[in-house]
Formats: sequence, structure tokens, C-alpha cells
Amino acid sequence: MGSQFAVSTALSGRDFATFPDYPAEIRAPAGTTFGVSAYQINLGGEPITTAGDAPDVLVAFNPAALKVSLPMLQPGALIILNSDSFTPRSLAKAGYEEDPRENGALDSFQVVTADIGHLNLEAVRSFGLSKSEGGRCKNFWALGLLLWMFGRELDPVEAWIRRRLGGEPTMRDANIAALRAGHAFGETAELSAELPQISTDTAQMAPGEYRSITGAEALALGIAAAGELAARPVLFCSYPITPSSPLLHRLTRLQELGVGTFQAEDEIAAICAAIGASYGGMIGVTSSSGPGIALKTEAMGLAVSAELPLLIVNWQRGGPSTGLPTKTEQSDLYQAVYGRNADTPLPVLAASSAGECFDMAIEGVRIALRHMTPVILLVDGYLSNASEPWLIPIVESLAPIESHAPPEVASGPSSQMMAWQRDPASLGRPWITPGMAGLVHRTGGLEKDYVTGHISYDPENHQRMTEFRQAKVDTVASFIPDQAVEFGDDSGDLVVVGWGSTYGPIYQAARKTGASFVHLRHINPLPRNLGELLARFDRILVPEMNNGQLATLLRDKLCVQPVSFCKVSGQPFRISELVSRIEAERKGDAS
Amino acid sequence: MSVKLTAKDFATSQEVRWCPGCGDYAILKAVTAALADVGAQPESTVFVSGIGCASRFPYYVETYGFHTIHGRAPAVATGLKLANPDLDVWVVTGDGDGLSIGGNHLLHTLRRNVGLKILLFNNEIYGLTKGQYSPTSRAGTMSPSSPTGSVDTPVSPGQFALGAGAKFFARAIDTDKPGLGEVLRQAHAFDGASFTEIFQNCIVYNEDVFAAFTDRKDAAATRLHLEHGKPMLFGADNGKGIRFNPETFALEVIDANESPGDVLVHDERNAVVARLLIDLQLPVALGVIYRQPAVAYENAFYEHHPTRMQRTKRVADFIKGPNSWVIT
Repeated sequence: MGSQFAVSTALSGRDFATFPDYPAEIRAPAGTTFGVSAYQINLGGEPITTAGDAPDVLVAFNPAALKVSLPMLQPGALIILNSDSFTPRSLAKAGYEEDPRENGALDSFQVVTADIGHLNLEAVRSFGLSKSEGGRCKNFWALGLLLWMFGRELDPVEAWIRRRLGGEPTMRDANIAALRAGHAFGETAELSAELPQISTDTAQMAPGEYRSITGAEALALGIAAAGELAARPVLFCSYPITPSSPLLHRLTRLQELGVGTFQAEDEIAAICAAIGASYGGMIGVTSSSGPGIALKTEAMGLAVSAELPLLIVNWQRGGPSTGLPTKTEQSDLYQAVYGRNADTPLPVLAASSAGECFDMAIEGVRIALRHMTPVILLVDGYLSNASEPWLIPIVESLAPIESHAPPEVASGPSSQMMAWQRDPASLGRPWITPGMAGLVHRTGGLEKDYVTGHISYDPENHQRMTEFRQAKVDTVASFIPDQAVEFGDDSGDLVVVGWGSTYGPIYQAARKTGASFVHLRHINPLPRNLGELLARFDRILVPEMNNGQLATLLRDKLCVQPVSFCKVSGQPFRISELVSRIEAERKGDAS
Repeated sequence: MSVKLTAKDFATSQEVRWCPGCGDYAILKAVTAALADVGAQPESTVFVSGIGCASRFPYYVETYGFHTIHGRAPAVATGLKLANPDLDVWVVTGDGDGLSIGGNHLLHTLRRNVGLKILLFNNEIYGLTKGQYSPTSRAGTMSPSSPTGSVDTPVSPGQFALGAGAKFFARAIDTDKPGLGEVLRQAHAFDGASFTEIFQNCIVYNEDVFAAFTDRKDAAATRLHLEHGKPMLFGADNGKGIRFNPETFALEVIDANESPGDVLVHDERNAVVARLLIDLQLPVALGVIYRQPAVAYENAFYEHHPTRMQRTKRVADFIKGPNSWVIT
């Protein structure tokens, strides 16, 4: 089977060109201790220098195979397990005292489980094979799954099967059926995988303690850390959707950090319950992907109107509509910045790597509580499962997250008015929650008087409230750091401006070309000095995985004229294509 | 020590803006009276509503109030109840808000048994948007959006609730002060989701749609007030009763004096009879039709949470993961 995946990879030249860092090489089979046989395939852009390189993907058909191969894996590797082989007997035979799927032993890996044995036999049932003949087809079932997960074609493998098994039509057809069934399983279950993309060499890493982390894990820890820093419990409310669900799964394992999870009946209920939690004094968080975020937009307006804190995470995937659930994109930037009825501004952040999801979750909650506003955090979908080495932060060294305390009851005017006495610097209102005596008030989605909070249809008041809501979001810029240059000079002929997960490839391309690189983490509002910084360059190149959305935003907000470099294939940028585009831009011969 | 408040203490300074003669006035009065009766405190009481005439309710009650978005009040209230289970959380909704745009949330809130007191003001019409037929409008309802009569089969709030797994369903009439007051007290006392349908008269767009049983002079003959453990009697001098006909599998009216032994005794826990009572036309069944004690969702949520939402560990205890390494 291993050789077949490699054959497929090598044949689908265009495919592996989209993951330039992973061409194929086949090495000698790894050790076959205790009767475990394995193929090891190495996919990597850099020449493979030693036979000891750790595999990134392991398909283990039984516990013994897992036990033998696990020590070879790097954290973050993908493990596909044939779960119906994990019986008490086979676990004992492999020397496992407890099920490694349940005791945390696989926590640092991406694990996909499927009843491969059973599903494979179902797939080949109609061919009338013996049980052992049918069972042998499971290699191709697993291969089909892998081909789906890595976006490779089935055709070359099918052709190979036809050539090799041409004389045995039943086995030929059964193996092809198993291959297709595995592929279909991956599609139906919306499984995808990204191998770790490491953007900096080990040699360049700062000293410190590291671990491997996925975006979902980092975001889960970040949300829990935000709760800790704010000394508030967190209620995470969400509805299952690819690729957002891993965050829900991760958070269910962090309950001792004062985190609760609520699986709502739909996307709207999820954000509404999160709003209810924030109204009740917990940190309300919801998460989804573009289509689900679309459903949540009306409720975002409610949170803006009621001046309630909320963190909304969007794991962006390819669209429109259901689109490409398992493929990554950055095409929800318009939706985040502009996508609500009426003048309904809210702050928007973006994480540039799996590890940075931790920092941006904290930043998002910090802004939400300081300004009493919903905040959207955009994450490129594939970061959910993608892992990278991460310098473990010291949570205790992070600044506490402040919120506006309720006013003294005795000193205030009517309790209805006290809820709207806003902090002049941040324009955030006091976080008054039901249960507090003497502060009883009414709130909601109808326009309210700036001072009293009573329903108001007064024209001047609506003007004032509209301006106030914009001013509140604008004021976020006074609290965030000035934009720094990520790489290169702070003036010159060309600056490459990126956001989100393009950080890694743009950084490498900038290093190779010497171009300057500016990477945005605050999308709305933009850092105050950004316009002045970009004005120091002759040309601005904006590579993004959409049809030019950040470029539009920069034109809108800063009146600059960036050049777009758009890629909407559902796959990340290659360093080489960025390098050649930068070079062409510099020569002035870009299209 | 909290002081005993009166109904007046629960009135806000806001001018009530429902149409003169609207049934909502009577409900507002009954609710504030019930709040006083049960010893509610303004700071620990919250009214959450969606959109519609009924949903203006929170502005007129001197407690915490959150007027949310169309149909979503049960979802917002669920998050609030999870955040603070000690609060008394009421949800005020209408037939359009609760059973049309928000039907999904109502269904899931009822099946989860979230500790919310849900009041559905049913007037069988969209009032705020000027009189279109609603999900509870009877087939043939003439309205601006159905000039030749609606063709939709209406939803029965009670059957919907029981189908969704509701553990408490009660019914009352807006202007029936004692009946509504008693139902509100029972709804308040229930630990879990209490769902109360209130027949509410929309004086502008659907006047007298419930006149068959809301007319006071026919009250004795048209209303069956249910009480747990009591025989199902109504009519002048309680001369009529309800019996179960095993041949038709239906309820029927009998002369209670002729065959008193055949009169059904109300058992709130009997879901089968509850379903028959919900469909009874005249008399209409009022009071607590169904009540089945069960664990409230928020209690189950906290009991299943290993630390009851407390922070017993630090992020630092988790942040290193199973494997870490040091670069020097």
C-alpha cells in the first residue's frame, strides 16, 4: 500500500506541486518487529538526508502496529487507526494495559479512527471473497482514505491495480471498490489533514520549552487562559461544523479550568446562548465556519446593540455555500468586517499560525471585555488540525484582563441609567449582570437612548448611537500596538502585506527575496500607523487566499493602491510562487 | 433580608404601548401580581423575550429584562440560565415568535428541560406586523397575507410541547385572573422548563377568536379547570364531567350526576390523557394539564461538569501537553 501512495503522489505531479514541500521518496520498510510490517513514505520538499526522519502519517491496523510505530512519530503526526481491531484481547496482545486512544497517549497527534476492517468488508461484500481475501483489501480502503485526505487522485492507483491484478478480475474489482469506499468515507466524514508546515528552521528558534500544538488546541487553551486572566468562567456554545468542531472537542477536556461547553441545536442558538452567558457574567464564546457565521450575524448585531462582550471564532473554509468544507480559504474577511445589516461595526482579528491562536483568543477576549463588544477572530480553516512547534508561553506573566466593574449603587442615578455610563477611554460600559441588586435595567436590540438606555426613536439619538458604535470600534486602535515590519526594511520599493496563515510562506519568500513583509493581526480597526508605514513603499503586494479582500479593505481604509496576488484553490501558497511573484513585481512586469 | 414586594413594585416607569384593550395588559397585571405572590426579587428575576407585541413585555416589568431577536429568546435564556442557575428566568414569546421563526429553539429548550418559565401569548395572529396569519391560525383565516383564507394546518402549542418532551404544560386565559394567577404560580414553582399557553385576545387583528370560551357568561359551561387529583367537572353546579370512552379512544362529556364513577380524575403525570385534554374543544381544558418532575437541564449540566464550572486547575497545568522539549 505504501508504494501505491507514493506512486499516486509521484504521478499526480500537479498535486504535489501544490504542496511543494512534500515530493515523494520511498525508503526501505521500517523494522518489522513482532510481526508488524510497515511501509514508510517520506514526503518532503527538502532532500531527505537520513533514514531516521520521522514519519508524519501512520496507518495502524492494530494495536501492535501502533505500539511499534508510535515512538517513531513526531508530535503533530497524523495517525489513522483501525478502531475495530482495538479489542481488549488485541490490546493485551500488544502489551497495552489501557487503551491508548483513551489515556491521553495520542494527545499530541492528529488521530482519525474508523472501523476500517468492518467498512472494508462491507465494501467488498458483493464480490463473494473469503474473509481473509476480503480482509486484505483493507490496505486499499485505507489508501483511498489517505488519498482523499491529501487531495490526491484515485486514477493512478486504480490503473496500477488494473495492471497488477488484471489476471484476477474479482480481486482487481474488489480492491478498486475498497479504494473508492475509503475515499468516499473521507469525503462523507469531511476528513482532511495537513502535515506540519514549519515556517522557521529549528536553528532559528528562540531558546525555551516547546511543544507541538494544533490551532484547535492552542485556541482552546487561549480561551481558557482568557477566562483565567479575567477571573471569569467561560461558556463555549457551538454547533458541529467542519472544521470548527475540534475546538469544541478540545474545550470539553479543559473543564477544570472553569470552562463549560454547550452544544446548541443550531448556529443561531449557539451564538444566542453565548450572548446569554455573557449577559449573565460569563465569557461567552462561539465558533463556526463561514456558513454558520452567516447564520449568526443577526445575533452579532444584538450583541453590538446591547454592548455585550463575546468572542466569535470563524474557521474559514472554501465557499460559497457549503463550498469546500475541508479546504482552507481566507474569504470571510468581507463577511467579518462588513457582513451585517445596518452600521454594525465590530473588531476583527486574525491568527497567523496554529500557535498564535492562543494569543489571539486572549487578545479577542481582552478587547471584548474592555470595549464591551463582540469580537470576531478569523482563523484559516486548515490551522484547526495543522500542528507546529510552539514556544510554551508563561500564562502567569500575561497581563490580567480587566472588565468595567459595576458602579456603586448608592452614588448612581436610576438603575436603568447606570448600565450605560461608559468609560470615556474605551467607551465600554460597566458589565452589570442579572443578580446584582440595585442595578436592575432593561436592554435589547431596539435602539436605546444614549444616556438612559430606554427605547428611543429620536433621530438625533440614533445619529449619536451610530457614531458612538463606530467610535467604540475605532478606539480599539488606541490600545493595540503599532504595526511593525515583520521582515526587511521599513521603507523601499516593495512591501508584501499578509494576514492569517500565509505568514509562513510569505516570511520565507521575503527572506529569499529581501522584500519587506508586513503581517496584520488586527484587521478592524487597522493599526494606527499602518497607512503611514505603507506609504513609505513604492508598491504594495497583497497575497491572500481569496479574490482580493484585504486589498479592498486597505484601499477602503487607507486609500492605498495595493496589487493583489490571489489564490483560491483551497490550498496554501507555495514559497516558490510567492518568490516569483515578488520578483516579477519588482521588475514591474507583473500582470 | 428581602422585603415582600407588591405588584406595583414590579411596574416600570415606561409607558405601556400595547393597543388599548389588548389582552397583554391583563397578563402583565397577573404576572406582576404573581411575582409579588411568590416573593420574587427584582435583581434575581429576568424577563427574556424575542420579537412581537408580547415581546415588549420586559420593558414593563421592574426586573432585569432582555428584549432579544426574533424567535431566539429561549436560546439566549438558556445561556443565561447556565451562567447563573440561581436566577428566575422567564421567557415571553408569541405564537409567531415561539412556534414559527423560533420553533426550533422552543423544541430543544423543552426537551432539555431548561429551567425557564416560558409564557406563550397565543393570539393566533401576527399583531406587530399588522395582522398576517400565524402558525396557530385556524385554516381559512382571512388576513392581509391570506385574503382568500389560509390553507396551513395550525400547530397546537400543547401537542408541540408534549411531542418535544416538555415536562410541564399549562393553559390559561388572559382575562381569567384567578386561573392565570394560579397557573403562573405553578409554572414558577416547576423545576425545569414550564410552558404556559395563554389565550390572548388581539383586539385589532383577531378579536374574539377565543370567544367560544372566553365569554364570562358561558365560562362554567365552556371551561374545564383542571386540578391534580380532582374529578374533571364543569358546568353549572359541576353537573358535567369528562370521561374516557374506551371504544373511541376519546374524551367525552357526560352527566356527572348520572354516572359520577365514570368521571376522570385529573392526573397531571398522565401524558396520554394530557394529549386528549389538549385537543378537547368545548369545554377547553385549562390549568396544569401535564406535569412530570424531572431533572432540570442546568442542574444536570452542573452535576456532569467535573468542577461545577469552578476553576480548580491553572492553564499552566495543561499547557505543556504530553510532550515538550527544550531548545537552548
